[in-house]
Amino acid sequence: MNIIEVKNLTKEFDGFKAVDNISFDVEEGEIFGLLGPNGAGKTTTIKMLTTLLTPTSGEGRVCGFDILKERDKVRNSIGIVFQEPALDNRLTGRENLDFHARLYELDKKTRQKRIEEVLEMVELKDKADIIVRDYSGGMQRRLEIARGLMHYPKVLFLDEPTLGLDAQTRRHIWDYILKLNQREKITIILTTHYMEEADYLCRRMAIIDFGRIVALDTPENLKNILGGDVISVEVEPAEKAFSAFQKIPWAKKVTQHNGVIDLNCEQGEKKIPLLMKIDQKELGFEIKSISLRKPTLEDVFLHFTGKTIREAEASNNEKNKKRMRRRVRK
Amino acid sequence: MNSNNLQTIYVMWLREMKRFFRAKSRVIGTLAMPFFFLFTMGFGFNSGFSLPGISSNINYIDYLVPGIIGMTMLFTSMSAGISVLWDKEFGFLKEIMVAPVSRVAIVLGRIAGGVTTALIQGILILILSLFMGFKITNPLSILLGVVFMILIGIGFIGFGVAIASIMEDTQGFSLIMQFIIFPIFLLSGTFFPITNFPNWLRPFSYIDPLTYGIDGLRGSLIGFSQFSLVLDLTVLVIFSLAMVVLGAWFFNKTEV
Repeated sequence: MNIIEVKNLTKEFDGFKAVDNISFDVEEGEIFGLLGPNGAGKTTTIKMLTTLLTPTSGEGRVCGFDILKERDKVRNSIGIVFQEPALDNRLTGRENLDFHARLYELDKKTRQKRIEEVLEMVELKDKADIIVRDYSGGMQRRLEIARGLMHYPKVLFLDEPTLGLDAQTRRHIWDYILKLNQREKITIILTTHYMEEADYLCRRMAIIDFGRIVALDTPENLKNILGGDVISVEVEPAEKAFSAFQKIPWAKKVTQHNGVIDLNCEQGEKKIPLLMKIDQKELGFEIKSISLRKPTLEDVFLHFTGKTIREAEASNNEKNKKRMRRRVRK
Repeated sequence: MNSNNLQTIYVMWLREMKRFFRAKSRVIGTLAMPFFFLFTMGFGFNSGFSLPGISSNINYIDYLVPGIIGMTMLFTSMSAGISVLWDKEFGFLKEIMVAPVSRVAIVLGRIAGGVTTALIQGILILILSLFMGFKITNPLSILLGVVFMILIGIGFIGFGVAIASIMEDTQGFSLIMQFIIFPIFLLSGTFFPITNFPNWLRPFSYIDPLTYGIDGLRGSLIGFSQFSLVLDLTVLVIFSLAMVVLGAWFFNKTEV
């Protein structure tokens, strides 16, 4: 069953299309990722799905409710962790949770029970009565995740859940996300511009660039689109080996550069022993080294957008600056 | 109004209370200015001479205190209304905006919280002024005074919410302070009767809602007012209702 359905969703800001006619579905129970550079339109998409922004055109349904016509029903069934902190930093952690629970009309008993539950889940029980201003960045993020879960939402939106956190805290947050996906059976939709985060967490993901979805599949399938693994063989003399390798049935693509031959294939680790069985003496060449490279999402991103995610961010930043300047001049 | 909306108003009020009682330095900070005005002007002008426009049997301190209370209400209410902007800046507004609750109820809750804190501060000033020789003729008159304080509070919080909803960030905050709050304060007859203003300036005082608030406070607390209390009340009720509608309307349109 699809818990989120998006059709031709578009958002324009003074003639600039931040989100350009995107469509996708999210299945119940999965972790779905929107991967793309800063400024690609991920947050705008999330804001439209969570009823914070009104789409210019197109439609969306969350938990079966229309994001335009049934806003309060959508709001009731979702939890959100925003990209920037959205806590009242003059209240304690517990008070922030209590405020949220009251806004979502949990009765007193449920409220108290649930606060303990979510605090336990993010391991903040002993810090619950400290003013949020004194929390570290990671603790604040955990508290926000806990708060997003307070009212038993069916879908949890996480906008860049680990932005600005150190590597260790990031790992922790990842574990919480996986844990609550499994334990609470909650559907999670997250945005990120960290490749390894999308790879580690998402069952399926959409790569988004300039407001459009350029690819959507499981991380595995996306990587396989590139032709699977790459075995690089350093060999002498290369010409002889090249013609021999071209006859290998499992090699999808054979390329040669600087005395190194690249073989694209699937399950590369199983093909290395096969390579070694080739009678090198009879064919007249010698293998010097073999290395195996699994394609990463970075390669996938490069394949679909023609640039690495860092280059994409640099050019987006440049563009945004120009837009800002234009706005100032107006 | 259903129970859901009442709950929202209560939650917003509760938050304001918690923040207020925790931020003691902020409270002292906002009370300092009216207190210094009260202290210096009160002693400075109270040396036996009477200000033009004030009848000679009224002590200047008695004339001044309702004005200072009105001023306290203005500043605390405006800052309570504008706190929407700080919530925007610190991101907390998003948490409120995605909740499945009525936006009008959110504004009403903020007003309820703001009025309570402003009233506490206004009454603190009133108590302080008793030590400076301010005399209340009839204790019951305090109740009427509180009504005026509440109306001033509601009106200017609504006004502040409207302004904060329009503004995108806190950058224009000092402009608001200089060009909106201070003129409202200085034209309202806090320190001297507005009849002392030249003819061309007086209309500005007449369109300043705080003028009627302070006049009403004066009328109820010391029994001296320029307009009738009925007129003061009418103007303030209309003003505060209009500002609640305006605040709710702009807040409803704000995007985070």
